[in-house]
Amino acid sequence: MAEKILTKHFDLANLYEIETYLEQGGYRAVTKALKQMTPAGIMDEVKKASLRGRGGAGFPAGLKWSFVPQTSDKPKYLCVNADEGEPGTFKDRYILTHNPHLLIEGTIIASFSVGIHSAYVYIRGEYETVAQRLEHAVVEAAEKGYLGKNILGSGFDLDIFVHRGAGAYICGEETALLESLEGRRAYPRLKPPFPASVGLFQCPTVINNVETLANIPAIIEKGASWFLDKGLPRDGGTRIFGVSGPVVRPGIYELPVGTSLREIIEIHAGGLKPGKKLKAVIPGGMSAPILKPDEIDIKMDFDSLAGIGSMLGSAAIIVIDEDTPILDVLEKVAKFYAHESCGQCTPCRIGTSWIYKIVKRMSSGQGEKGDAEELVRLASNIKGKTLCPMGDAASMPVLSLAQKFKNDLESCLKEG
Amino acid sequence: MSAGLSPELKKKIGHIVARYPKKEAAILPVLHLIQREKGAIAKEEELWIAGLLEIKPIKVREVVTFYTMFHQRPVGRYHIQVCSNLTCSLMGGEKVVDHLQKRLGIKIGETTADQRFTLSEVECLGACEQAPCMMINFDYYGKLDPEKIDSLLEGLD
Repeated sequence: MAEKILTKHFDLANLYEIETYLEQGGYRAVTKALKQMTPAGIMDEVKKASLRGRGGAGFPAGLKWSFVPQTSDKPKYLCVNADEGEPGTFKDRYILTHNPHLLIEGTIIASFSVGIHSAYVYIRGEYETVAQRLEHAVVEAAEKGYLGKNILGSGFDLDIFVHRGAGAYICGEETALLESLEGRRAYPRLKPPFPASVGLFQCPTVINNVETLANIPAIIEKGASWFLDKGLPRDGGTRIFGVSGPVVRPGIYELPVGTSLREIIEIHAGGLKPGKKLKAVIPGGMSAPILKPDEIDIKMDFDSLAGIGSMLGSAAIIVIDEDTPILDVLEKVAKFYAHESCGQCTPCRIGTSWIYKIVKRMSSGQGEKGDAEELVRLASNIKGKTLCPMGDAASMPVLSLAQKFKNDLESCLKEG
Repeated sequence: MSAGLSPELKKKIGHIVARYPKKEAAILPVLHLIQREKGAIAKEEELWIAGLLEIKPIKVREVVTFYTMFHQRPVGRYHIQVCSNLTCSLMGGEKVVDHLQKRLGIKIGETTADQRFTLSEVECLGACEQAPCMMINFDYYGKLDPEKIDSLLEGLD
């Protein structure tokens, strides 16, 4: 069994309490970082570890930190993206619930490296009880001197604030998250300027996913090469794969980056439930283009999935069985994006609703000849034509379903 | 205008506002706190928040109507939110909705006459490993079937 980094002590019921966390060697990495390392040295180590963003886009974390201008006299901010909303994704909830101090530890080290003194954890509104647990952990960490003024006598100050969202998928997009955190409707911002230079309150800002930051303590404690060895040369460490759908053991599985999709489904998740047969897999959250059963011998890393026209995204694997009509899948996908489009860009606002209308017509048995082609045309006209990646997220699954399962969809059309 | 908030709540709100370099940024946490005490965000609360955060009332309205978790009218004592997204529907989410509608005698979006239950359909709740799932107020319940739903509802006061 491969070594785990993030979920190693999840069997301890009280891991979320600081005493238990400390007994497992918790906060050793913070001590090492603040007392023995320089901010630049930490950044180098994270760069060497090839830690790529776990939220979906896979941007190298160390590189992201290095974009923050060190010469600015403005305050700098860290926003922790805990807005986990990509359908199929539930990994951050596990980290926040079982191991909140691991996130806090990663947040302290990242902030020290970039020169940040205020961090906001933007957590989805529905995770209220999870947010309470995290707030409790923040208080515990402050009581032990790991947060607040002059942490461990290093002269470094940091406060962490937990900020709850209120039910909007778009807030997972980093600039929408900033708008929301500033107190407005979550309309994504035009880039550039990028948040690293103009972010929260117009100040330099780093935005990192929960799982990304949770990997930092191990990289600092054990070194970049140790971390890199766990995964692939361009994509280090492990991933928490979330498997859902009609499998024997749905849940989270922390495995090396690059583990095969077949192995995750058939071995770790126990395969499909008795009597069920695989029809398709969504490998990286709902917006990832769908895969057919003959495509699951693929390594689960950013580059391998991009190579076959899909994406690793949040590593959320949704398994779909033969008993589920593809039109039902398409309807759920279309409904979700029509509901969650923030409304700012016309192609996404109009396009997602239009797609959903056509899919509903098909579902009611009134689909017309040419509907599948119309879906492709509409989705193609959203992709790349919006301010934020939600346009792509909405169009990719529709395009892949309409193209890979064209026959299934055409069989639902009205005769004649 | 006080919006009739308790002194404890006002104190808590004061602490929250101090966490941000700009007051306006406190709007989501302030709305959550007020909704918890008052049940909804009506016009009176909107105006009070606008005054507190020194923003125009329209800015508060924009936020209240953009985010799905804020209600302009109170929901029932128990707000049941059933996931209608992909994994939950693969695992029988529609049966959960059907059963709840039948059992409570209301449709999605409605509240029972005694104001005890409001039933809503929502997008992914982030608990797909427990599909089909739902929330009753802020508690999650998963791997639902009609029997489990019945016993959950019977356990509520």
